Amino acid sequence: MPATFTRHQQVDIERKDTGIGGKPPLIHRPTGGGGDGENWENHSEGNHGPRELLIRYRLGVFFALAGDLMFFIALVSAFFVRQSTGHFDVHNNYITDWRALPIPHILWFNTAVLLLSGLTIEMARRQLFHEIDVMEEWLGLGRPAVKRAAPWLAATLALGLTFLAGQWIAWLQLVHEGYHFLSIDPSSHFFYLITGIHGLHLILGIFALVAALIGLFALKKVEFRQIAVDCVAWYWHAMSFFWVFLFVLLVFFQ
Amino acid sequence: MKRVLSRIFTADHRTLGVYYLYLALAAVTVGTILSLMMRVHRVWPNIIIPFVGVVKPEDYLAMVTMHGTLMVFFVLTTAPQSGFANLVLPAQIGARKMAFPRINGAGFWLSVVAFLVLISGAHITGGAAISGWSSYPPLSALPNSGPGQGLGMDLWLISIGIFCIASWLSAVNMLATILGERRAGMTWSRLPMTVWAWLVTSILTLLVFAVLLAAVILLFSDRHFGSSFFIPMGDMIDGRVVGRGDGSPLLWLHLFWFFGHPEVYIAVLPGMGLATSLFANFTRRRVPGYRVMAGMLVAIGLLGLVVWGHHMFVSGMNPYAGTAFALTTMAIAVPSTIEVIGWLCMLWGGGLNLRTPMLFALGFLSFFIAGGLTGPLLAQPALDAYLHNTFFVVAHFHLVMAMAGIFSVFAGIYYWFPLITGRMMNETLGKLHFWISLIAAYGTFLPMHFAGLAGEPRHYDRLTGPAIGFPSLIPVERGITYSGALLAAAQLIFLWNVFASARRGRIADENPWQAATLEWANGTAPKRVERGPYDYDLPSGGGGFHPQWECPAQQE
Repeated sequence: MPATFTRHQQVDIERKDTGIGGKPPLIHRPTGGGGDGENWENHSEGNHGPRELLIRYRLGVFFALAGDLMFFIALVSAFFVRQSTGHFDVHNNYITDWRALPIPHILWFNTAVLLLSGLTIEMARRQLFHEIDVMEEWLGLGRPAVKRAAPWLAATLALGLTFLAGQWIAWLQLVHEGYHFLSIDPSSHFFYLITGIHGLHLILGIFALVAALIGLFALKKVEFRQIAVDCVAWYWHAMSFFWVFLFVLLVFFQ
Repeated sequence: MKRVLSRIFTADHRTLGVYYLYLALAAVTVGTILSLMMRVHRVWPNIIIPFVGVVKPEDYLAMVTMHGTLMVFFVLTTAPQSGFANLVLPAQIGARKMAFPRINGAGFWLSVVAFLVLISGAHITGGAAISGWSSYPPLSALPNSGPGQGLGMDLWLISIGIFCIASWLSAVNMLATILGERRAGMTWSRLPMTVWAWLVTSILTLLVFAVLLAAVILLFSDRHFGSSFFIPMGDMIDGRVVGRGDGSPLLWLHLFWFFGHPEVYIAVLPGMGLATSLFANFTRRRVPGYRVMAGMLVAIGLLGLVVWGHHMFVSGMNPYAGTAFALTTMAIAVPSTIEVIGWLCMLWGGGLNLRTPMLFALGFLSFFIAGGLTGPLLAQPALDAYLHNTFFVVAHFHLVMAMAGIFSVFAGIYYWFPLITGRMMNETLGKLHFWISLIAAYGTFLPMHFAGLAGEPRHYDRLTGPAIGFPSLIPVERGITYSGALLAAAQLIFLWNVFASARRGRIADENPWQAATLEWANGTAPKRVERGPYDYDLPSGGGGFHPQWECPAQQE
């Protein structure tokens, strides 16, 4: 009889979390028959896969943007309050120093450019989530997604720079018409402040775009390439959205 | 060199938590010394204070400003929220680390920069800003409106601006951690109450610090770029008109208090969460109505966003708006009372185990009730018109925010000290610290109610002048000063206890408080969390409990 060895204790075989790279970075997680992937109670043990990583970064960007939205809302409410403040003169007339600002027409062009750039970056983002391309990249057979996304990202970069140049021209036109930042006019203060701060956000976005473009080629893992492009895209969308909101304010609520 | 740097600029959340506590300690030390100088000056106006000399009125105002700013931003915002959350939050939800450790670290180091910029204001010509922690324009909008309003005010604005960005980074990290990094099975109804509180404060931080940042930028633009967001027409300094537009100081008040009121809840909500946990732990009972208690924390946070106007009843705001704000303010009493009733339910007939953390949690409860009771009084616009700029308000917020907040910080330190150092803090010294602090805190802040009712104004550097009644308040003032000095002295016991216990304290057991939440799991956390955070009070009796890291298989 061959020697047998009996364990008295049942040994738990610890299943290591396969971690990143163990599962393909697809949006839909294959859950097998009948399981639903979104139910928290049915989650598999390891929840640190690529999808969770993407969601983590996305959550971070969304929360940061929520705070940013509050920042712009505060500026806009200040705009409305300041518009209505004034004083009474000796005849008891309510006088306000608000003068409507002639909005340069180039802003319409800039808005169109920015909206277009939103489309191009969305195209770039979607390239990185085509299931067949992602599988190909994940298996190391080639980089079809990178090849398709890079031109869209470059187009976004060009459009973003065009937008910034357009904003600069708008400033020059306003200065030409005598509305300086240092002039006493509250509406021109708001105009420069709002466009300036939004422009600053876009400059950050440009840096992020460049970083994503470099990352598209430099990052070794398709998961990280997805994250880089995805986060920049959501940031960029938010900046387009904020701009439409601010543009409507500046044009129609002077 | 690189190793030293990477050890200092660590991304480890537990180290950062301790760093935050050190930052708060530095700020609270400076703030307390300032408050002692103010108290001494009020009673003996002509005394020479070391390093300051005879306190001039503008020095007094600078002290008020620095004291308020340090205590609110760098003590009550950093310690309960960022400090404790960094220490235990990932462990409590079963995460290995924060969602964004580096962003978290950047948040801390930006806070340090903000702190240094703020206190550098005391060392420049003209001194620190003098317009209070709320920095009302037009005083704060014009650089020549006072001694500290030039460079001092600029430094204040820069410091607060940096602090806003730091808080924003920490809040993003905290929210992403709570939402995304929970261990499998750690459902919303299994979160410890502290995590609920940090969730709410992080949301508030995200929403309101952004508004403060916008306000700070607008004010900075008023001071340096010739705009007039906050400077009214006809504003005069030294008899000269300096106003240059139809700016509205009221606009700053709205923006500031939209931040300022939720800020109070950022300071006190973590204390409420911690108190709930400690009451459950030390009475060995479950939290009654867990969902209601958690929901009320959220309700307090949300209601806190719509009550800011009650700071502005006397500002010339539309009286109808005042009525609306009075209603929302009184509405906050409802969730607060439900919380208090929940705590009293736990205490009622629970086996009170009066260890030091429990004592401080009870102290928190006491201050929360005593300070909270004057809230509905001040929420009446008519009463507030009289009480607004008096010491009654000072008494109110020092009890409900400052003392309640700081007692919850003490409770947290005594409770989690074994996690930081592996040793227990000395119980005898802790109890001594508690009782002296409790009595001295009431001795300091209760008489301020009476001084305020008698009409003693805030922000005045001395009680002389034409008003007849004030000299009769001098004995009360003196008593407050003695009591305040005692309160400050009692903290030396605490400091001694911390540093002595860290070195020679009794070695702590694995789970010294027999707590059920995951931070005490000591590395044995399960893959899935199967139980709630407060599974005390078992039908079998005998003080047993089921910790969250226990698997159901081990139940029998």
